[in-house]
Amino acid sequence: MSEATVAIQNPVEQFLRMDRIPHIWCPGCGIGTSVNSFARALVDAKVDIKNLAIVSGIGCTGRVAGYVNLDSFHTTHGRAIPFATGLKLANPKLNVVVYSGDGDLFAIGGNHLIHAARRNVDIKVICVNNLIYAMTGGQTAPTTPGAVVTSTNPYGTYDPAFNLPYLVEAAGAVYVARWTAFHVRQLARSMEEMFAKKGFSFIEVLSPCPTLYQRRNKMGDGLDTMKYYKQVSKVRNGAPTSEVALSKSGEIVVGKFVDRERSDYGGLMHDTLADALGEDYVETEACACQ
Amino acid sequence: MHADPAGVLTGTHFLDGDHACCEGALAAGARFSSGYPITPSTEVVERFASRIPTVGGTFIQMEDELAASITLQGAVWGGAKAFTVTSGPGFSLMMEHIGYAAMTETPCVFVDVQRGGPSTGLPTLPAQQDMMQVRWGSHGDYEIIALCPNSPQECFDLTITAFNYAEKYRCPVFVMMDEVVGHMTEKVVIPPPEQIEIEPRRYTTLPPEEFLAFKPSEDLVPDMPRVGEGYNVHVTGLTHDERGYPDMRPAVQDVLVKRLQEKITKNADKIVLYEEDQIEGADVVVVSYGITSRVAQRAIEMARRKGIKVGKFRLITAWPFPEKQIAAIAAKVKALVVPELNLGQMVREVERAAAGKTKVKLVPHAGGSVHKPEDILQAIMEVTR
Amino acid sequence: MAKGSVQIVVERCKACGFCVEFCPTHVLALSSAFNAKGYHTPYMVHPEKCSGCDLCGMYCPDFAIFGFKQPEEAKKAQAQASKPTVTEAATAPAPLAAAASEKEEQDAR
Repeated sequence: MSEATVAIQNPVEQFLRMDRIPHIWCPGCGIGTSVNSFARALVDAKVDIKNLAIVSGIGCTGRVAGYVNLDSFHTTHGRAIPFATGLKLANPKLNVVVYSGDGDLFAIGGNHLIHAARRNVDIKVICVNNLIYAMTGGQTAPTTPGAVVTSTNPYGTYDPAFNLPYLVEAAGAVYVARWTAFHVRQLARSMEEMFAKKGFSFIEVLSPCPTLYQRRNKMGDGLDTMKYYKQVSKVRNGAPTSEVALSKSGEIVVGKFVDRERSDYGGLMHDTLADALGEDYVETEACACQ
Repeated sequence: MHADPAGVLTGTHFLDGDHACCEGALAAGARFSSGYPITPSTEVVERFASRIPTVGGTFIQMEDELAASITLQGAVWGGAKAFTVTSGPGFSLMMEHIGYAAMTETPCVFVDVQRGGPSTGLPTLPAQQDMMQVRWGSHGDYEIIALCPNSPQECFDLTITAFNYAEKYRCPVFVMMDEVVGHMTEKVVIPPPEQIEIEPRRYTTLPPEEFLAFKPSEDLVPDMPRVGEGYNVHVTGLTHDERGYPDMRPAVQDVLVKRLQEKITKNADKIVLYEEDQIEGADVVVVSYGITSRVAQRAIEMARRKGIKVGKFRLITAWPFPEKQIAAIAAKVKALVVPELNLGQMVREVERAAAGKTKVKLVPHAGGSVHKPEDILQAIMEVTR
Repeated sequence: MAKGSVQIVVERCKACGFCVEFCPTHVLALSSAFNAKGYHTPYMVHPEKCSGCDLCGMYCPDFAIFGFKQPEEAKKAQAQASKPTVTEAATAPAPLAAAASEKEEQDAR
C-alpha cells in the first residue's frame, strides 16, 4: 500500500461530521455505501450545501442525519416527511432531503409518505430498504418478502410486501428510481437528477442487513448480498412499476422508472392564492420571523 | 420588539374565542400553521387559512394530528413562528411530538380547545379534562407552560403571551381553551401594533465556528441557530450534548433533562400569571381557571352577598402551577374550593401545594356544560359552615 | 508509476470485502494483518494496476478507503509496501504487520 505524498482527502469526508466517525453501522451494511453515492451526487450536482437540509426518522438509516455535516434533523419515527414538509414550506429556498429506512417511511410513516407524494411536496426522499426493521433487532417490515424468518415471524413471514416504486408512483411522485447498494454510480447519478427535480422524488436503495436479515435467513454476509445484487439485478429504465416487486430470491429490477412533470405543492398553492386574491395576495419567499 | 403590523387587525371586534385566538397568533407573528380539523378547534385554523395569504405565510392542512404536530416544528426550524390547534383526541395523538419539541427546545404553540372525553366523548361540548395531560402527556421528564384564557379577549391576549413564552424559553407552550370560551362571542379589542410586545426569536449572534447549538445561556435556555446559514445544526430527539450530538451516557442525560426542567422551574416567577381578588382576610378562596372561573365569579358574588368572606384566585398559567401563591393562601384560609370541568385534575396540584394546611374541596363536573353557580356556592357554604 | 493509488484508514475498516471484490482491476486484497478491532484490512496487492477510479471509496460503507489519481508532482518513487499503514492521527494502537516476504492470501472471511 502506498502513501500519497500530497495530503488528499476522501471526497466524502467534507460532508461528514468526522468527530462522530466511526459510525454505528454493521460490517457489510449498505447504508454507508449509499452515503458515498450521496456525497458524490452533491459534488457532481454542485448542490448549494448551505441550503441543503437533511431530515431523517428513526432506524439505522435514520442515523445518516447524525453523520452528515449539514443542517440535519433526526426526528420521530415515521415523521421525517411531515417535518420536511414544514421545513420546506417555511423556507422554500432550502433543498430538503429525507433520508430514512423502509420501516420508518412505509409502515409508521406510510400515511405521510403517500400524502406528501399526492401533494407533490418538493422534497427528495432516499429510502434505504434493507427489508427489515434493523435497529430494533430484525422485525418484519412491510417490505420483508414472504417466507423469510424475522424476529417477529420466527416461523416465516406470510404477509405480502409493498412494492415501493409502485406505491410511490401511484401516490403521485414525479421521480421514482430503484438501485441497490451495488449500483454506486447509477445511484449517485439518480440522486444528482433528483436534486435538480422539482416535486416529490423518491429513490429506493436496496441494502444488505447482514446482521439480521441475511444472517437469520442464512443468506451470507454483506459481500455475498452485494454479489447477489450484481448477479440478479436487471437494469430496466422506464419499466412499469407494477412489475418491479421484489421477492425472497427473485429478480431485482432496478433503474429509473418514473420521471414526469407535475406542479409541486408550493407552486399549486401560490397559483391558486394569486388567482383568487390578486393584489391582496402577499407572497413571501419564506415565513421567517424577524 | 413590536408586533408586525401585517398581522394585527387593530380595532374593536365581536369575535368568538377561536377567532380571537387566531388573531392573537397573527399578531404574535405566527406565519405558519399546520392543522387537522377537530371540533371545537377547527375555526382557529379556518380563519388562519383565510387570513394568512393576505398577511404573508402558509397554512397547510395535514393528513392527521401526528403530521400537524411535527410539520409545525419543521416550519419553526425553517424560521417561522408556528402553531397548531386541536382538541382531546387530536391532543392525545400529538403527545409524542410535544415531547420532541421539549427535547429539541423547539419554540412552538399548541392550542387545545378542550371538549368532553375520554375518547370521542362530547365533540361539541366543553370540559377541562386535558389539564393533567398537557403537563404529563408525553413520556419522559420535561416542563411546559400552559395558559388558560377565560374570555375571547384573553384568547387573543394569552395566545400572544404563549408565543412570547415559547420563544423566550424554547419550549412548547399551550393555550388551554375549552369549547365554551372558544365558541362564545364577546368584545375583543385589538390594539395597534406598537402597543403589542413581541418576543423575537433568540437567534445566536455567534458565528458557526463558535456556536454550540444546545449550550445554555445564563437563563438556562440556548440561543437558536439559523438554518441555511452554514451552522450545520444537528437536532435530534436522542439525548444529546451541547453540540446536539447524540450521547447516551447517564451523566449527559442528567445534565440535559434537569436543564429542560429547570429552565422553566427556575424561571417560574417570571412565567406564572394569576388573578387574585380579596384574598386578604378571606375565610375561603375559590381557585379556578378557564370558563369555570366565569361561573365561579358569579358564585363568589352570591356568597359575598350572604356575608361570606370569599377570595378569588384564578390560574392564568395552569403550568407552571402557582404553588408558592397557593401555599401562602392555604396557610391562612379555612378552605380552598376548586371547581373544574373534570373529575379532579388541577385540584391535585392545589392539594399538593396546600400540603395539608387547609381543607381542599373539589367541585367536579364530568363535562358537557359549565357548572351552575349554585353548585359552587353550595361548596363555599359547606366549607364555611 | 500507476495512474492511481488508494489511502486506507485502517482503523475504520470492518473487512466487509466490498473494495476487494469490486475493484475493477483487482488491486486489493485483505491482508493477514489486522487492526485494533481484529479486522483484516485491505492492502494493494497489485498497486501498479490502480487507476484511481475510487470505486473502492464509493463502495466502502465505513469511509475507510478511497482512490485517487496520482497528482503529477507525486509521480516520483512510490514506495511498494505490503503492510497497511495508518493514515490519520492514530487514536488506536498500530496494527501488527505481516512479514513483507510472505505470500498474502485473499481472505475469504
